[in-house]
Amino acid sequence: MNVTHIDHPQLANVFARNADRAHWHDGALWFVRQKRDRQASLIPEWEELRELAGQIKTHTLVNLADILVQFENNATALGAKVHWAADAKEHNEIVYSILKDNNVQRVAKSKSMLTEECHLNPFLEERGLNVVDTDLGEWIVQLRHEPPSHIVLPAIHIKKEEVGETFHQHIGTPKGNADPIFLTGAARNHLRHKFVDADAGITGVNFAIAETGGIVVCTNEGNADLGTSLPPIHIACMGIEKLIPRLVDLSIFTRLLARSATGQPITTYTSHFHGPRPGGQLHIVLVDNGRTQIRESPDFHRSLNCIRCGACMNTCPVFRRSGGHSYSATVPGPIGSILSPAQDPKLHHSLPYACTLCGSCTDVCPVKIDIHHQLLTWRSELAHAKLIPLSKRASMRMVSVILRNTWLFKISGWFARKSLRWMPRFAIYNPLNAWGKSRDLPPAPKDSFRAQFAKRKRNKS
Amino acid sequence: MSEQSKQKILSRIRNHSLPPVGLPEVIHGNWIRYDDPIAQLGKMIEFVGGSFECLPSIDSVHDRLKSFPQMQEAKRVLSLVDGIEGNVDLDSIPDPHDLEDLDFMIFEGDIGVAENGAVWITDAKIKHRVVLFINQHLIIVLRRHRIVHNMHEAYAQIRVHGPGFGCFVSGPSKTADIEQSLVIGAHGCRSLQMYVIP
Repeated sequence: MNVTHIDHPQLANVFARNADRAHWHDGALWFVRQKRDRQASLIPEWEELRELAGQIKTHTLVNLADILVQFENNATALGAKVHWAADAKEHNEIVYSILKDNNVQRVAKSKSMLTEECHLNPFLEERGLNVVDTDLGEWIVQLRHEPPSHIVLPAIHIKKEEVGETFHQHIGTPKGNADPIFLTGAARNHLRHKFVDADAGITGVNFAIAETGGIVVCTNEGNADLGTSLPPIHIACMGIEKLIPRLVDLSIFTRLLARSATGQPITTYTSHFHGPRPGGQLHIVLVDNGRTQIRESPDFHRSLNCIRCGACMNTCPVFRRSGGHSYSATVPGPIGSILSPAQDPKLHHSLPYACTLCGSCTDVCPVKIDIHHQLLTWRSELAHAKLIPLSKRASMRMVSVILRNTWLFKISGWFARKSLRWMPRFAIYNPLNAWGKSRDLPPAPKDSFRAQFAKRKRNKS
Repeated sequence: MSEQSKQKILSRIRNHSLPPVGLPEVIHGNWIRYDDPIAQLGKMIEFVGGSFECLPSIDSVHDRLKSFPQMQEAKRVLSLVDGIEGNVDLDSIPDPHDLEDLDFMIFEGDIGVAENGAVWITDAKIKHRVVLFINQHLIIVLRRHRIVHNMHEAYAQIRVHGPGFGCFVSGPSKTADIEQSLVIGAHGCRSLQMYVIP
């Protein structure tokens, strides 16, 4: 498919057309946001933790080269093999060559947004490997040949009846059974065999510790642990921004991550891998794929502090109502709308506009990224680079001319007040008026603000 | 190729310096503490789907486990706690795959964290790490003096001396990936019981 750009409003429109589903999706994510609030409110030092987390991540970004080298040395000393990949292609080739060298046929994979970003699954499948995503949500979307719609809740857009139908088709559960407990049990039984049969396990990485050379993987299902403790080979794939300097820094991040993500006090399993199992192999693939470029941007480098909790998605009024797929990006939602244009501004230019600038994302971010400020900055960059549509550029230029000229401002205000009051409904709510879609404009006042202000002043004196 | 990419990545980072930011103190701080950390730990373990009980001795844990019908019917029980018997000899099993049908795993936790119900366990004394995850039911015994208030106190005690595996476990495995309905028993254990002894 040759896509020149992704049109978020158009894709959001497709999602919003099914009003019931859009409302349900909105409610499901808002429920997660409320759970997050409850957990955060139980920790008096919550704001201090966010502040410290941001500092640690920024320190890491500043000293990234030394920290990466320290990590490689320590991981190697523990017996792990560290690989470096400049881009997605090299990452995929490294993973494939490890699997090929070890005659691997079947891979049990746990969640990794990096491998989604690199499109690792299709790369391996094209080369004849059998790859199973073992996180339940990831497995559901894999069976349905869809990308995940959320980084933490990959199947949040799918209803249980649809999961029941998918399982009926693929693993033969009874038709019409949509009970989450039953379906989860069926998945457990089916995937147990996949774990037992796997020749290698692939995981993502939540944190990599420079000081010790260890990696930390967080799951609720225990799939990363099963997938790496049966087969002899463990391949861990990570972006270079996942580093933290010290083991003790985890005391901050483990307190923030799950509370922000799903409103749990901590993930069920927070696993610390230091070196391979006796007789096994641990490969760690460090991937750049555009991160060093984002690091050089004075406006956007802070977006690399992201720990992928998804809190900004759960709270975002646009994400909740437009669905993750409308972003057509590996990382959707507010943080993804910063990261995706940084990788390809032409392709993703509509994403910084998928935002009301309400600032809720910035308020919940556990590492204090000023997300909505960066989205606003993106808009001006895109406008300067002429990457936004002519219609938007032309209307902004027109408004700019009007706002700079007193006389024009007065005339157009007068014209708007009159026409909104007297023009027939069909003339105002025409297809050109995007603001009038599914909502009414407020009633136009009789007088301008200037006139009202002057009148008020006269009456006072 | 990997070496070339390494040099490319590192030199690109080194060629662009950012304003320095210090590394903050994280262990010592005004962190949350509880009047009764044992009760708080119990509350959190129940909140995350596990069960919790304080018992006077390891013998009473043994008796309590024996009284469970599920335990009486269990075919394969592995205990790595002195004073509680099992019927699996881990050291005689060469391949971790042979542990697929493990029913119960009884294990001693290293550190219990009151703020979130997490228990630090390691594979230091285990031949096959998989026993921590492949079991149907996980039973953790914890000494009372090993309970800390928060994650800062926990990490202050954790040391990495060489290759090994450690994990904070908080309750049984779970998922809410189908319509946000919480289901206990995803891929890891279906239940988690914790006993605190003096």
